[in-house]
Amino acid sequence: MNVNQVAENLALSHQEELVDLPKNYPLSENEDEGDSDGERKHQKLLEAISSLDGKNRRKLAERSEASLKVSEFNVSSEGSGEKLVLADLLEPVKTSSSLATVKKQLSRVKSKKTVELPLNKEEIERIHREVAFNKTAQVLSKWDPVVLKNRQAEQLVFPLEKEEPAIAPIEHVLSGWKARTPLEQEIFNLLHKNKQPVTDPLLTPVEKASLRAMSLEEAKMRRAELQRARALQSYYEAKARREKKIKSKKYHKVVKKGKAKKALKEFEQLRKVNPAAALEELEKIEKARMMERMSLKHQNSGKWAKSKAIMAKYDLEARQAMQEQLSKNKELTQKLQVASESEEEEGGTEDVEELLVPDVVNEVQMNADGPNPWMLRSCTSDTKEAATQEDPEQLPELEAHGVSESEGEERPMAEEEILLREFEERRSLRKRSELSQDAEPAGSQETIDSGSQEVLSELRVLSQKLKENHQSRKQKASSEGTIPQVQREEPAPEEEEPLLLQRPERVQTLEELEELGKEECFQNKELPRPVLEEQQSERTPNNRPDAPKEKKKKEQMIDLQNLLTTQSPSVKSLAVPTIEELEDEEERNHRQMIKEAFAGDDVIRDFLKEKREAVEASKPKDVDLTLPGWGEWGGVGLKPSAKKRRRFLIKAPEGPPRKDKNLPNVIISEKRNIHAAAHQVQVLPYPFTHHRQFERTIQTPIGSTWNTQRAFQKLTTPKVVTKPGHIIKPIKAEDVGYQSSSRSDLPVIQRNPKRITTRHNKEEKL
Amino acid sequence: MKVKMLSRNPDNYVRETKLDLQRVPRNYDPALHPFEVPREYVRALNATKLERVFAKPFLASLDGHRDGVNCLAKHPENLATVLSGACDGEVRIWNLTQRNCIRTIQAHEGFVRGICTRFCGTSFFTVGDDKTVKQWKMDGPGYGDEEEPLHTILGKTVYTGIDHHWKEAVFATCGQQVDIWDEQRTNPICSMTWGFDSISSVKFNPIETFLLGSCASDRNIVLYDMRQATPLKKVILDMRTNTICWNPMEAFIFTAANEDYNLYTFDMRALDTPVMVHMDHVSAVLDVDYSPTGKEFVSASFDKSIRIFPVDKSRSREVYHTKRMQHVICVKWTSDSKYIMCGSDEMNIRLWKANASEKLGVLTSREKAAKDYNQKLKEKFQHYPHIKRIARHRHLPKSIYSQIQEQRIMKEARRRKEVNRIKHSKPGSVPIVSEKKKHVVAVVK
Repeated sequence: MNVNQVAENLALSHQEELVDLPKNYPLSENEDEGDSDGERKHQKLLEAISSLDGKNRRKLAERSEASLKVSEFNVSSEGSGEKLVLADLLEPVKTSSSLATVKKQLSRVKSKKTVELPLNKEEIERIHREVAFNKTAQVLSKWDPVVLKNRQAEQLVFPLEKEEPAIAPIEHVLSGWKARTPLEQEIFNLLHKNKQPVTDPLLTPVEKASLRAMSLEEAKMRRAELQRARALQSYYEAKARREKKIKSKKYHKVVKKGKAKKALKEFEQLRKVNPAAALEELEKIEKARMMERMSLKHQNSGKWAKSKAIMAKYDLEARQAMQEQLSKNKELTQKLQVASESEEEEGGTEDVEELLVPDVVNEVQMNADGPNPWMLRSCTSDTKEAATQEDPEQLPELEAHGVSESEGEERPMAEEEILLREFEERRSLRKRSELSQDAEPAGSQETIDSGSQEVLSELRVLSQKLKENHQSRKQKASSEGTIPQVQREEPAPEEEEPLLLQRPERVQTLEELEELGKEECFQNKELPRPVLEEQQSERTPNNRPDAPKEKKKKEQMIDLQNLLTTQSPSVKSLAVPTIEELEDEEERNHRQMIKEAFAGDDVIRDFLKEKREAVEASKPKDVDLTLPGWGEWGGVGLKPSAKKRRRFLIKAPEGPPRKDKNLPNVIISEKRNIHAAAHQVQVLPYPFTHHRQFERTIQTPIGSTWNTQRAFQKLTTPKVVTKPGHIIKPIKAEDVGYQSSSRSDLPVIQRNPKRITTRHNKEEKL
Repeated sequence: MKVKMLSRNPDNYVRETKLDLQRVPRNYDPALHPFEVPREYVRALNATKLERVFAKPFLASLDGHRDGVNCLAKHPENLATVLSGACDGEVRIWNLTQRNCIRTIQAHEGFVRGICTRFCGTSFFTVGDDKTVKQWKMDGPGYGDEEEPLHTILGKTVYTGIDHHWKEAVFATCGQQVDIWDEQRTNPICSMTWGFDSISSVKFNPIETFLLGSCASDRNIVLYDMRQATPLKKVILDMRTNTICWNPMEAFIFTAANEDYNLYTFDMRALDTPVMVHMDHVSAVLDVDYSPTGKEFVSASFDKSIRIFPVDKSRSREVYHTKRMQHVICVKWTSDSKYIMCGSDEMNIRLWKANASEKLGVLTSREKAAKDYNQKLKEKFQHYPHIKRIARHRHLPKSIYSQIQEQRIMKEARRRKEVNRIKHSKPGSVPIVSEKKKHVVAVVK
């Protein structure tokens, strides 16, 4: 305000007054005290009053009325309408050229805009800081996703940077490596001398050269050849595999035979052409046999043999297989010389034949040789099982042999007996399926005579007793061919028993043990047979109640099967009711036993009682507030009146229904267990929003008792894994895939001092 | 006919060597393994108890200094080497595996105020009360040679702290102002000031390496940008901050150890509210150092104890103390995150396990599996009252214990007063300030 007034005054005042201006500067004060004319004061008052209405307040501010009169103490703009121009001030009384320069300067100054005041230093710094901070914040915000990811990660493995296993190519390793020790140097020298490939070990230079030397056609041919060879090989392999898979024994036998024949033929050829080589071959074959003999492969000590021995008790096939094996063992452990002695004249060829085809040839020989019950048994079983047309000569031979034993009385008695018994027994077993077998003995008998002649000639020992026995039996067999086998065997055990007792060491195999048991069975069997004959089954000994327990056990397997198969026909038979009765009785016994055992306690009733009590106990009780004798007579024997009792009885409210109301077998206690409460969580822990969430985390077990190993490992992975002894460096931009700033962190001033000044200027202009 | 048989493959039940465990076929039918929750609860309880039984964190005490240990530094390349500076100007280099001192240097006259290693581990820097910055070789001098620094810079004022850049040959000192030095020059390349108080510590950000943080005695924490040679922002707290430490895994997070017994974790982009206030100490917190995993930090306090805090928890998970340990001045977490070292007034450096009950040495796979399982069980059942009680239980020296009680009462009284004030005044007239905001006085741009 003051300044404005001064300017106005200045414009209006005269030149000489301008000189005094500094003196008159505090104008308002001058006005107040300088002029003492009351007229002006009066005027002022009037104006003040008039301006009270608020219209003309601004006029008051001008205060120009005082200068109507020009005074030497005062400057006033009132009166003259014109404004003072700067040029007027400079105008001298008379124009002079010396002032032209000043004028010019003035005009130049006038044309220029005024410069704003520069911001103070603090302000500038503040702006710098803000800009820098924003920039830095921006740089840092690129870490946000990384940090978030790491915070939420299931597992963090430190150190973060993975040490890659350094797999350098071998060339690099070798180039960096030098042979130091004398041994290494020697080896290197050798390698270099031979131009062995050090780096690329596939081909030597020589090989490379040869490769280069080969022409294209040659290479093609060679390749084709190789291909063919490979194809052939694969065909052959496939064929071998196929053949190996064939299970038929017959097939293999044929193949083996064929091979043997072929070998024999070749051998013959060889003998003719080159006797020395043939001899060598012979030796080789002999050696193979010896090896086999030594190896004890067919002893019954192997795993397979043991398992079979266990099975043999129940399984016919297993038994047979074992027999076979035993026979093989015998055959192999037999000294060959014995066999060859009889045929020494025939020469080496025969020997070879025997060795190559032992199954067929040796058997006969050994049969002829001496008493070998194992062998024989296996032979018979073999032939019977096979029963084929392919080796027809074998069967009659063996049959003949068997009969020859019985006919010829040269054998030791006991052995013969046993053999025969076994033979017959096997036949009896077979009989069930093969009814047509009956004809066999008759047929075979004829062949016996022809075959046995040769055998007879060789065997020279006789026993009178045995002969008689056999003759009698044979007659029976021939006459009663159709009679069931069991019957046929009847006389045998009676005779055999003493003999068996004489040779206890014989009872080695399971077969024989079985045999012994069976003999007893057969003895016992005689009694009930008439009853069971109608059923045409041979299971009677099993179901008989009075049979000894041991026997029952022995035949248990068969027993079960029989029961299953023959249940329907047995209903009619006389034996059945007894069995059923027996079962009933057993059941009753069982029940009785249980009853006796739990005679004392009635569990169900006890439980019901208990539950009733629990329900009663949990019910809210009525409160009886009657006071006897209050308001009426009291004393012994006097009861408060019913009305009073009714009045003061507070009935307990019916509680909520019990949870086990509809569960008859359960008592649910709804009492809170304070002992358990001490172990329970009272408030929902922080990160969970619902109690069910929390319960679910608790209810899923994480232990290996309830989880598989893999799941267990997954559930128990630790959050942070550190390697002991490894330095964990701070996270780097490269670790998380960011480009690290390539710029140096050195201050900008040092690197580029100019830049900072220019930026300063820019910001100042802002 | 093909006969189907029971087949037993020995691979399924025969072990390869006799050292292997017998393979036990398992049936995971839940009906066969009832009561899973109670059984696991018992296991968790046992695991928690065993953890307390085996909690023996103290490993070794390195003695040899003839005055209080004032500063510690880790070797960046070697886990076994530790450097320490004492109040009598002595610097010692220790071997942790042998637990002995391998080198002693009389570095300064007066305190060794700060010590830091070069990022490559070939040399280290010390500052002392004698207004000098000295650079030393990590390897000792040859036999008969004098212990002499590589370089010595004589400054005008006392330097109170030093830190080395993580990648370049640059270090920063603090005192009257924050100076940034090139290793090759005797003058700072730039000096940054904001206010006129003495700065007690300066720390480089390990991730964004151009950032610096410092704390001054006028209660503020100042952040600097080295590239633009300018301070960035300043936050003023209730009381003085003694030192700060940057999180090595999170570029913008740092923690300040304050005189008001608390530690404050800040996001440097939002300084007006700390991310977390860590309370448990009962006296001024003098030093703080982050675990290299960035998940936890350790703080040393004037109350003669050190505490380990998870970054995201306001209460400590562990407190270490011994009868003989006095005011702990400096603390460091080793670079393999397994151990903690602290230097204290009574001239000893102590070595602690970071995880009190952890078994040291190589673990077999079974041990490892059991450890992991127990850890998970403890986590799973941590909210159960009995387990929580056992896991939280720590023995404290009587002084600390009574201090805690006292401060609890004080805090409760303050809280009650505030509640009463709010209750008895016009609604809205007394603002409710959260605990986090309470301690921040101002943020200066």
